[in-house]
Parts: sequence; structure tokens; C-alpha cells
Amino acid sequence: MTLSGVLMPLPVLIPLTAAALTLIAGRRPRLQRLITVVALSAVLGVCAVLLYLADRDGTQALHVGGWGPTDAGLGPLGITLVADRLSALMLVVSAIVLLAVVFYAIGQGIRDGDDRQPVSIFLPTYLVLSAGVCTAFLAGDLFNLYVGFEVLLSASFVLLTIGASQERVRAGISYVMVSMVSSLIFLIGLALIYAATGTLNMAELSLRLHDISGGTRGALFAVLLVAFGIKAAVFPLSAWLPDSYPTAPAPVTAVFAGLLTKVGVYAIIRAHSLLFPAGGLDRVLLVAALLTMLVGILGAIAQSDIKRLLSFTLISHIGYMVFGIALSSRLGMSGAIYYVAHHIVVQTTLFLVVGLIERQAGASTLRRLGGLAAASPLLAFVFMVPALNLGGIPPFSGFIGKVALLEAGTQEGSVLAWLLVAGSVVTSLLTLYVVARVWTKAFWRARVDAPDGAMSDSAPSALLADYSQDVAFDDRGDVGRMPVGMVAPTMGLIAVGLALTVAAGPIFGYSDRAADEVLDRGQYISAVLGTHL
Amino acid sequence: MITYLVPLVIIGGLTSCGVYLLLSRNLTRMLLGLLLVGNAVNLLILTVGGPSGNPPVRGRTSGSETTTADPLAQGMILTAIVIAMGIAAFVLALTYRSFRLTTEEEVGNDPEDTRVSKLSDEEASSIDEDAPVSVPARDTDEPDELDALPGHEGSR
Repeated sequence: MTLSGVLMPLPVLIPLTAAALTLIAGRRPRLQRLITVVALSAVLGVCAVLLYLADRDGTQALHVGGWGPTDAGLGPLGITLVADRLSALMLVVSAIVLLAVVFYAIGQGIRDGDDRQPVSIFLPTYLVLSAGVCTAFLAGDLFNLYVGFEVLLSASFVLLTIGASQERVRAGISYVMVSMVSSLIFLIGLALIYAATGTLNMAELSLRLHDISGGTRGALFAVLLVAFGIKAAVFPLSAWLPDSYPTAPAPVTAVFAGLLTKVGVYAIIRAHSLLFPAGGLDRVLLVAALLTMLVGILGAIAQSDIKRLLSFTLISHIGYMVFGIALSSRLGMSGAIYYVAHHIVVQTTLFLVVGLIERQAGASTLRRLGGLAAASPLLAFVFMVPALNLGGIPPFSGFIGKVALLEAGTQEGSVLAWLLVAGSVVTSLLTLYVVARVWTKAFWRARVDAPDGAMSDSAPSALLADYSQDVAFDDRGDVGRMPVGMVAPTMGLIAVGLALTVAAGPIFGYSDRAADEVLDRGQYISAVLGTHL
Repeated sequence: MITYLVPLVIIGGLTSCGVYLLLSRNLTRMLLGLLLVGNAVNLLILTVGGPSGNPPVRGRTSGSETTTADPLAQGMILTAIVIAMGIAAFVLALTYRSFRLTTEEEVGNDPEDTRVSKLSDEEASSIDEDAPVSVPARDTDEPDELDALPGHEGSR
């Protein structure tokens, strides 16, 4: 058995085992934290080695339990795990983000007093979420992908409604219902694909789907796209996101914003390139990408709560990734992969910064914020860098990713592609306007100029039973102090974001190779099915 | 492959009832709708998994069947049933919690969303622009004696 064969189940196994251990250690918070941090660090290490192996040796496949392809001509019967360059990159970026956010959450938990929060549930659930994300990225058959989605969704339901305040229960219900409907649509897609081809293994599917009629293939692709589109928050299916994300605690929102929608984008990449390489829905995807960008960013302009504003920019920037995927070219795919990595890091950082703003100023709505640049230059710095990065200011990684996508769009040259190029530029400018608006309101103007500047939440929102508890700003005791445990992970993620800029050359080289591998399909199929084609 | 009409009609009926219930605002109805659609999908997987046959266990036969039933479809259904059960339990807990908090089991609107959409143009612009505050011009023609009074400093 090769090294990669030993390593590949570990990103799933380690968090699940650690989740069980943290539940056993439920009454000992320090031990729980230690287990979680060790487990997620180990996952990061394993994923880094997998990335190296996948880049050196090409696609790695593992048939769990040895139920691989047989000489009798049967395809793989059991669960298949596949790590190619794309999955490995997604795994590494996710592992970095998961680790940083757990440090942040621990820092916040220590500061807020663990006895007042159900932290004994938080860390095990967080680990299950990590396992679900890793399963989805490693899945080599569609049903395993479905299971990975369900694992991460179930964990996210618990994390979103943690504390079960009225506001969170309301947001949680709509989130649960929308997610379950998308899962059911995914399951319907699975049933139909199984009916059409008799297999759910992605490598086998990519061969067998080629033989069925074009109309059936298009219909199957459309069902999968609707299911993944809901999860990735692509425009007509995105209204649930700003409704549910902002109510959760800052670290939870951060990890959701960074990872959950990107799992959907990853699934779209797989379906688009591996299963339905000539799906015929590229035009639909391009139009959806354009609308996602524009509607998302216009929604962001109207918001006054920073968390909701960022949720809308999250939707808007999903459009860039769908744009790159739908171009079906090497450059477009490579740009999309780089953009996914960039966006995971940046969006997570921004949501963590909002947690710091809440801590520093006792509110996250622009109606109450002001004077933050004077109150805390450090906070201004940690907001400014990822905000400019998101807006696509050179030399940050957002600029590099967007330039790659624009180049891919102009290379395509059709009218629709040019429309999308124009839409991308407009969206980029409007993103800059949105973050500049947050900057001038929250950081630049004096607090007395804010419409409700004298008011503040009575405690950090993580501790509030309801959002209606307001006090005068001067009366709140906790305002103005940012724990080191929360600032340090945020700075760490900013450093990762800057590393994406500094090392853009090698990383783009890697994403080019990943795009080649994704578009080639042959490597994936031969890695999974071996010589038994 | 032979497909029978009856299961398909049942699947269609269950799905449409489920979707109708899902469109309600009442949480119990939504949960029932979710379960109905879930069962419809399970039935769909079973139907597309091929005709009935012997149990997929070596050496076991059922009646005079000659083929073996597809075990994979049943495995997938089992997984889906377990997942649906877990989620149903969670939704029931959420429903109860929501009922305890608000004494009703309807899903409310997003209050922040409602607030933003209700903003009139005037209010929106007052949030958006740092509206200039009108400062009354000082009357510099007042007699110098008034300079000593509070509020009149600096007229010179």
C-alpha cells in the first residue's frame, strides 16, 4: 500500500475520532481544546503531504476496504476516495481555514467565559463539520459526495442554531429547510443517474454518461446543477444565505462563508468537467454567473449590517467562480481554482474581523459604528488589508484572480463572455465601493455622527439571548478590548492571504496543472479504474 | 427495463403533496412535507434499482425468482432513511424550541431584511450620505458687548 493510500482516509478519520474524544472529554474544556487543535493540525499536515504527492505523482485513488475494480469486469463496488490536484488544494486551504477559525473560537470562548456557552457541543460539532468538508472533497463517487454534504450540513445546522436564541432558531429553520430541499434534489439526481447508467462512481459515470442520449444527459446535469447551485448560492437560488448566515456567532459565520459554499462550487466543477464535459448548459451557467455577481453586489450596497453586507458580497463573488467554470477553457478553470482558494481565505478573514469589530465597538451595524480607526488602528489595519484584497486592488490576490478570469473571458471572445467581463469589472468596482463605505462609516467618521452611535449591544452577541438588549454605548463594560487569542488567528489568515499574493506564480502554476488534470479526465479515470477499463 | 406505472404514480403523488406542504409557513407541515418528499425519493431509488428478485445474500432464494435484487439501491435508501430520521429529530427539536420562544410555530420574516426593504428613499439617503448638518451662520453684526455672553464668543 502506498503512502497516499495510508494518508487519504485520514482527513476524514482524524476529525471524526477527535469528535468522539472531545465528546467524552465534554466536562474538561482544556482537554477538549487540546484534542481539537491537535486533530486539526494533524489534518493540515496530512493534507499538505497529499498536496505534494498529488502534484508529484498525479491523481491518487483509494478503494476503501479493497472493493476496487475486479478482473470480472465489475467496476469499483465500495467507497472510492480520490485526491487529485484540485481536491488536494481545496483540502489544504480548508484545513488552514479550519485551524485558524478554531484558534479564534477558542480565544473568543476563553474571553467570553465558557460556562455561559454550550462550548462542550461546539468543538465536537466543529470537528464533524471538518470531517464532512474533507469527505466531500475526497469523494470519488456521487453517493459518498452526498453523504459528505449531509455530514457537513447536519453539523452546520447545530452550529448555526447554537445557543438557540429566538433569532437563531428563526434563521436556522429556513436554513435547514432550504438545505434539505437541495439535498433531496441531489438525491433525485442520484436516483435518475443510477437509473440511466447503473453506477454512481464518478470515473465510471464519466465513461457511461457519454453513451446516453444528449437530452437525458442535459436533464441529469440540470438536476445536479440545481442541487449544487443551492449549496453554492448561485443567484436565483441564493436568497437563503444572507437570511441565515449573519445570525450565527462570528467564527461559525466565518467558517460557513469560507467553506460551505465552496464545497458547492467544487461539486459544480466536478459535475461540469468530469461527469458532463459537454453539458451544453454553459450559457445558462454564464448568465447565472452574471446575475449572481450583479444582484449580489447590489444587495450588498443596500445593507447597513456589516455581516449581512459581507454575506451579499460572498454571493456576488461566487459568480466569478461560476464564470471561470462555465468558460470550459483551461485558463478559465485555472482562474476559477485560484479564485476559490483566494476567496475562501479572504471571506473567512473578513467575517473574523467583523467579530473583532463587534468586540471593539459593541455592534456590527453601520448605524452605530464610527471612529474605529482612531479607537483601534490595529483593527483598521486588519479590516483594510482583506477588504482591499476582496475589492481586487493590485497587488493583492483578488486582483490576480480577477485578471486571470478576465483574460479567460476575453480569450473566449463571444458576446456573452464580453458581457461577463464587463459585469466582472463593474462588480469589482462596486465591491470596492461597498468596502469603502464600511471604511468611511465605521472607521473614519466620528462615532457621534452615526445615527445610533450612542447605542450598543449590552454584551458580545455570542452571549446575547436576543438582539433587542441595547444599552448606552458608554455603559457597556466590555467595549474596546480585543483578546490576543482572536487577533492572532485573524492576522495569521491575513498572512495566508498575502502569501497567496507573494507566491502567486507557483500557486498559479499549480492551479494550471490542476486545471489540466480536471479537464483531461483521462488521468482521473485511469487512476480510479486502473487497467480494468 | 420494465417500469410499472403504480410506483411512479405513487412517487408523483407523494412528491406533489410534499411540495405543497413544504410551501407552508407552519413548521410541522414543512417537516411532514420534507418527510413525504424524502419517502418519494426513496421509492424512486427503489423503482429505478431494477425489478424485484432474490435477496442479495448467497444461498437465499425467495419464491421462484431467478434474478437477484440490486443491493446497492437498498443500501442507498437505508442511508437516506437514517439521514432523514436524524434531520427530522433535529427539526422537531427546533420546532419545539421555536414554540417555546414565540408560542407559535410559524416561520417569521427576517426582521433586518424587512427593515432594509422598508427604508424610504429619504431614510436610505440619510444613512448613506453623511448629510451636512446645517449650522446657523453667526451674526457678526451684533454689538461687541454681547461677545461676553455664552454662545456669542468668536463673533469678532
